[in-house]
Amino acid sequence: MNWVLVPQQIATGILNGGIIALISLGVVLIFKSSEIFNFAHGHLLMLGAYVTWWFAGGNQDGTEVFNLPLIPAFLIAVLVAIVVGLLIERFALRPMTGQPLLSIVLMTLGLALFIEGVVSLVFGVQPSAVFPSPFSPSAVFRVPFPGAMGGFIILKKTLVLSFGAAMLASIAFALFFNFTKTGLAMRATSEDHELARSVGLNVPRIFGLSWAIAGVIATVGGILLAMLTGASLNLSTVVLVAFPAILLGGLDSFLGAIVGGITVGLVQALVQASSNIEVRNSAEIAPYVVLLIVLVIRPEGLFGQKRIERI
Amino acid sequence: MAVLRPSGDFDVSYRQDMALIRYPWHWVLILATILVAATAPLWGNAYVVTTINQIAYTVIAVQGLNILTGYTGQISLGQAAFMLVGGYASALLATYWGAPIWLSLPLAALITGLVGLIFGLPSLRVKGFYLAMATLAAQFIIPWLTRHTFKDYLGGSDGQISVPMPTLGPIVFDSAEKFLYLSLVALLITTVIAFNISRTRLGRAFVAIRDNDLAAELLGVNLLGYKLRAFFIAALFAGIAGALRAHSERSIGTELGYNLNESILFLGMLIIGGLGTNLGPFLGGVTVIILDDVALQFGQFVAALFPAYSSNVLTSFRPIFFGLVLMLFLIFEPRGLAYRWTLIKAAWRLRPFSR
Repeated sequence: MNWVLVPQQIATGILNGGIIALISLGVVLIFKSSEIFNFAHGHLLMLGAYVTWWFAGGNQDGTEVFNLPLIPAFLIAVLVAIVVGLLIERFALRPMTGQPLLSIVLMTLGLALFIEGVVSLVFGVQPSAVFPSPFSPSAVFRVPFPGAMGGFIILKKTLVLSFGAAMLASIAFALFFNFTKTGLAMRATSEDHELARSVGLNVPRIFGLSWAIAGVIATVGGILLAMLTGASLNLSTVVLVAFPAILLGGLDSFLGAIVGGITVGLVQALVQASSNIEVRNSAEIAPYVVLLIVLVIRPEGLFGQKRIERI
Repeated sequence: MAVLRPSGDFDVSYRQDMALIRYPWHWVLILATILVAATAPLWGNAYVVTTINQIAYTVIAVQGLNILTGYTGQISLGQAAFMLVGGYASALLATYWGAPIWLSLPLAALITGLVGLIFGLPSLRVKGFYLAMATLAAQFIIPWLTRHTFKDYLGGSDGQISVPMPTLGPIVFDSAEKFLYLSLVALLITTVIAFNISRTRLGRAFVAIRDNDLAAELLGVNLLGYKLRAFFIAALFAGIAGALRAHSERSIGTELGYNLNESILFLGMLIIGGLGTNLGPFLGGVTVIILDDVALQFGQFVAALFPAYSSNVLTSFRPIFFGLVLMLFLIFEPRGLAYRWTLIKAAWRLRPFSR
């Protein structure tokens, strides 16, 4: 362990974890309302980032059609995400109602490949490092901290913004699900589809709504990530880090998604603080080691509901 | 698999009841297929031969996945990673021991099977989606290990090592044409094994677990034991497939694929071919490989029409085609081409009253 790096890595880990938590929230939302585990969430995220990038003036070479500031471009991307979410629910997932788990998993995987293909067809395969951002990537906060390297913890402003946005979105979700009528209806649907129907809830519309919201969350996450790394096809792979976070927190718990996300972010960052290069390199698979441990020790996750099977 | 047998079609001897191939026209079809594939060097060009090789090892991998996912109902997102293990095992055995192919291939398969057992262990506790996640972990951890451990043997950051030509006594399989016979023999053996698994005690236990694991347990099926056997067999097949692929491509490593996308491709082949049928892996494997090729050719054609977008078009058509076909199959024909084939056969038999 390289102890001088630890305070810095803890701070970075928590901030990264915030973004992972935001991504996890979208997956948990879909799972809660319709018991579908969305493998395509990463691709929705990539789509959102690319759409924003495109409307915000993309190439920077004067050939672009739109050249909007970041906020309007973001709003358009949100609209696109809502439409895409509704379309996916209506045409891809609704025919899958009542199908076995494997079919649904493969449907979202097929969807993921399809979106990846469409994005690379429309926006190109070249990663675009230039992404409109309120801060330059090198803008940082310096927080004095005695134990850290050089006496400062360095926080990228973009990362802090992302973490703030992620936490804000999470709080908004908690409020939405606990204090609005639609949120209540969605929670009811997640408990039991047939019961929800019998008390007069429009279940297909709630599925559509949850896909639309998930699309919006994915877009927000995509934009925040793209501010850090630029828009590229690799953005979709970040969701692979979110899966362990989701399982750690529990598949059907929003609080779990946040705790899991931050834990996974911390684990990744702390592994990178090691003084052994091979351990440092294992940062990319550390979440999956955590995942295996969770599966063996506590498969339902920290906050998930334990499922009891009856015949 | 005695499904949809026409009425009046009886088995009159024990021998007939046990027969793997039931009707004369099955013999004709199978022998004709083997003959066409085996004479490919005579009538086809190098491209055809390479494609048949590719189909052979892909079908073997999908057959293994079919036993695990189709019969036992355990979703695996890690089949490509197990192929990687098999490829490396056979390559290392051949390089450092000079093992001939008849020894290195089964040994590689066995090693892969044991690795499969390790990643099947979570099935002790979890099932369904959670188990899929455990295999997803295998899909990430195994390729990472090949890059970051035993760097002198596994290639380290190069992500690949070269694989020697397989030898069998005095024969050296130094060309795709010669290699074809090796893959076809391997495919034939795995096909016979897969057929036999599906109709014995083992296969029936697998199907019982898939249909209802609690009921299967009550009937006396040892859940963990049989799930582990399914994992072992699936990884065994993946090991054979990986070893064949490594020897035919002459190199093995994460640089050459073996990633999550390939595992998804195998699952897609299984769905398109027909889950839990013996014909499915063949139909799915051939269909998807041909489809992939059509997408590539069509992409090149479109890229020539719109040169400004050629790089976009060339990379995007394959995922679009495969994703779209997979989704359409899931919606309109979830039981796959194999089921369609039995419908066609039934319609032909009942003609002119098929509708």
